[in-house]
Amino acid sequence: MRIATSRLLPALALAAAVVVALPGAALARTEISWWHAMTGALGDAVDAQVKQFNESQTEYEVKPVRKGTYPETLTAAIAAYRQKNPPHIVQVFEVGTQTMMLSGAVYPVWELMRDNEIKIDWNDFIKPVVGYYTKDGKLYSMPYNSSTPIFYYNKDAFKKAGLDPEKPPKTWPEVEADARKIIAAGGAKCGFSTGWPSWTMVENMHATHDQPFASKHNGFDAVDGVELLINREFGLKHIGALNAWQKDNIYSYGGRQGAADPKFVNGDCAMYIQSSAVITGFTKSIKFDWGTGELPHWGPPYKKATSIIGGATLWVLKGKPQAEYRGVARFLEFLAKPEQQMWWHVNTGYLAISNTAVRNLEQGYHFVKNPKQYTAFAQLTGLSPTPPAALRDKKTAPAKPERVATPNSQGLRLGNFVQIRDVIEGELENIFAGKRTVKQGLDEAVAKSNALLREFAATYKQ
Amino acid sequence: MKRTVFRNRWLPYLLVLPQVLVTIVFFVWPAGKSLYLSVFKSPPFGGHDVFVGLDNFVTLLGDREYYESVLNSFVFAAGVTGICTIGGLVVAVLANQKIRGLAVYRTGLLWPYGIAPAVSGIIFLFIFHPAYGVLPYFLSFVTAYEFNWLLKGWVAMTLVIVATSWTHLGYNIAFFLAGLQAIPTSVMEAASVDGASPLRKFTSIIVPLISPVTFYLVVVNMVFAFFNAFPVIHAVTQGGPGNATEIMVFKLWKDGFVGLNLGSSAAQSVILMAVVVLLTMLQFRFAEKRVTY
Amino acid sequence: MSDARTTTATVIDGAAVAARPRPTVTVLSAERERPRRPFDWTTLLVHAALLLSVAVIAFPLYYAFVISTQALDEVIQKPPRLLPSTHLVENYVQAWRTSGMARLLVNSAIVAIGVAVGKISISMLSAFAIVYFRFRGASLVFWMIFLTLMLPIPVRILPTYEVVGDLGWLNTYAGLTVPLMASATATFLFRQFYLTIPNELAEAAQLDGAGPLRFLISFLLPLSWANIAALFVVLFIYGWNEYFWPLLITNTEEMRTVVIGLERLIPRSGTELPTWNLIMAGAMMALIPPVAVILFMQRWFVKGLIESEK
Repeated sequence: MRIATSRLLPALALAAAVVVALPGAALARTEISWWHAMTGALGDAVDAQVKQFNESQTEYEVKPVRKGTYPETLTAAIAAYRQKNPPHIVQVFEVGTQTMMLSGAVYPVWELMRDNEIKIDWNDFIKPVVGYYTKDGKLYSMPYNSSTPIFYYNKDAFKKAGLDPEKPPKTWPEVEADARKIIAAGGAKCGFSTGWPSWTMVENMHATHDQPFASKHNGFDAVDGVELLINREFGLKHIGALNAWQKDNIYSYGGRQGAADPKFVNGDCAMYIQSSAVITGFTKSIKFDWGTGELPHWGPPYKKATSIIGGATLWVLKGKPQAEYRGVARFLEFLAKPEQQMWWHVNTGYLAISNTAVRNLEQGYHFVKNPKQYTAFAQLTGLSPTPPAALRDKKTAPAKPERVATPNSQGLRLGNFVQIRDVIEGELENIFAGKRTVKQGLDEAVAKSNALLREFAATYKQ
Repeated sequence: MKRTVFRNRWLPYLLVLPQVLVTIVFFVWPAGKSLYLSVFKSPPFGGHDVFVGLDNFVTLLGDREYYESVLNSFVFAAGVTGICTIGGLVVAVLANQKIRGLAVYRTGLLWPYGIAPAVSGIIFLFIFHPAYGVLPYFLSFVTAYEFNWLLKGWVAMTLVIVATSWTHLGYNIAFFLAGLQAIPTSVMEAASVDGASPLRKFTSIIVPLISPVTFYLVVVNMVFAFFNAFPVIHAVTQGGPGNATEIMVFKLWKDGFVGLNLGSSAAQSVILMAVVVLLTMLQFRFAEKRVTY
Repeated sequence: MSDARTTTATVIDGAAVAARPRPTVTVLSAERERPRRPFDWTTLLVHAALLLSVAVIAFPLYYAFVISTQALDEVIQKPPRLLPSTHLVENYVQAWRTSGMARLLVNSAIVAIGVAVGKISISMLSAFAIVYFRFRGASLVFWMIFLTLMLPIPVRILPTYEVVGDLGWLNTYAGLTVPLMASATATFLFRQFYLTIPNELAEAAQLDGAGPLRFLISFLLPLSWANIAALFVVLFIYGWNEYFWPLLITNTEEMRTVVIGLERLIPRSGTELPTWNLIMAGAMMALIPPVAVILFMQRWFVKGLIESEK
């Protein structure tokens, strides 16, 4: 063994010398690992975007690794962090925000940028997006893929029922009336369905009606003592309406996440409420003429407020050599560029979230050509849902906000939010299946969620 | 039964060493760690663990949802074990008949155990899909009842039991066939000469003779249903609707790896370990008395 | 019950006898007698029942295959189309490309074979020690191994992950295989099997002056190979289809196995329409190797069983 080593050593030394002598650039690239949860076409878009970054400079090489679903990605990152070998960047869904903020494992984005002397004008970013991830006025994670629920409708079915296909219903009573006409005219079997039930029907309905979802400013102000408020007058009214509508097929429950998508795509349901990010997918797969509109509203006395986002952000984890964080900062700076925002939006359907990017898209007539893509921007920023067709026309007065941003529509910051969403959706299913009344179900959801919130607060107590 | 043994001081230890080493490093130690975690509340990213004694257990045992998951586990395990063991035996006995084309049939019956539970889950999800699944479509001609597993708990439970059994049936068939083939033809022929009916042959010869195999399979099926059926639930129902298909392992995983509630999750694994250890030991005792080797 | 016991005892003796060559004439004459019997309607019934079983079992796979040959709009059309369409090649090519299938298949093969061989080896050895030796702590060892049957991966995944990380085994084949080798099922099966082997065999070996290792290699191994074959099939598939473990401990594309790679085709976020045709095409590619192993090994395995019966 000893002989072998002594023979080996000179050879190794030689090899090392050769390595050192080689031109540095190719070898010295610092690897930046990025764990994400983007699958299919979205995963390809991630790869393509990273490739652009890697080719744009020679110092750093970002390596994207898909780690499964959002929860799996987060779990893997946690395990790796505990193992003291975390990725530089991990993509975490919006419901994990509170967990990340309290983890002590995060290198906040504002701090990262400050330390690396990179200036990004966060004021240029759309408020409801940045606000979701901001604490004490400071941004903690880099918004990446953001979307918001919007209203989809089948124009052919509307025509068949003698309705104006360019006028989607704006209020829930209109939704009901249109659904009845469409079903009666044979335009579709059911009125409407929903994706991501808790997000679209509970979280966003509370936000857009300026109703609190949870106490303590939806959890933004404290960890301790936060309680859900979804079993109050508004929650009972809205879920009660959905439940009642089920009987006449005005509403048809289609499962969690995107499980109900086919109901709309097949033409079974004439209307649908789902994330704005499915537009790209729907464009490929829907055969009939369809359009988008803003989320229906119950009207006065409720205020009309902006909707809240969903999706994920990029969190930078502690525990890597300081020098490598420079590359991370450069990469995040790259992602924040308007042209990257635009590229991401056009290629995935997720929102471009800087105002500059949105303006550039407008100037390129993107929204005129793709009016459906405008709905989400309008809803988040409070503008009229009609795309600014007359943008060139300077005479047009600046669009007047139709929705207001309120503390209730800023976002939600709850511990154990993943389970809370699960609890809410489970109880919605129990309600819709007739196992519980609306009141019983929502009370149960609140009780269970409050237990989870207490549990979370206890875990983070010093 | 007294068995002949070899005598050697160190050899047996050497022989069991690899198994024991791997078991200690990857099973006993992590299990101990779970036990440790079960009396703490731990923030997922680490840091300050808060010792809470039996709080995690108390919370769990006061939670109705937990009992639902226990009940679901038993329904699920009974369903899968029943279908796989009985179905496997019946099909294997059929396939073991001396008839033409036997090899073809056998091949046609054995292959599904090559299919990953996750893959099976995906396939059945598609077959049962309320919007474009082939099964709800054809059932809609027979009955107006809506077999919507997104809303109806029992339909969802049936779906996951069927999807799980589909992958696991082949395993049972294979083992039963092996057991059946070990029965000497002479015994079966003797029974035939005695004029025993096929049913009588089945109940009084086949069933007792392959009882070791049955015992093995029942244990394996139960354990499989309790633990390894996870991918199917995960891929298809995610425990829903409501909590209708939330089996114990799924809840454990969900609370631990999605909810990041490590303490509760560890407490659940401790309870689960205890239950299954108990269950298996009881079954082992019970079965060893009746089963002749 | 006592009836059954007597029969059982006979059979076990019979099995022992069966290990030795039996006059083939008996078997042949038994075979020849069969056609002389009057045609039996039960045979027809058996055929019908078997055909039905095969069809029922095959349908899901057939349907998955059908979907994998369709374009996406055919997939979601109504009424569902139950016949293959013409998009087979493009779907498979696209699924192969998007998932990097070649590397995935190689990894899965390495993991599956590694797990199967490793598990069989260590299980055979320890079962042999438990059955054929009396040693201090034997029952402790047996129960410890037996208890691992009840500690599958989901129960202990986070602590196990930490152990593997401490060993520096993340993203290695060792990390993918070794922790999966320690399941009790194989040990259990070998123990059960050794217990059915009559005592006379070990006695005879000892009379011949054979040591324990010689007995293992020359006596037990030849008797076990049918079991090994059966186990290999089971364990190969177990290794091939393992889902959680590879997902957690590999974080590079180069180390992924096919079941995880397949998962890449499944949109989970719910924000894009599932490309069911590609998913099914990927599923077909992921399931062909293990199913092929079953089909290939099955002949071998059945032959082995029949041969030991002669």
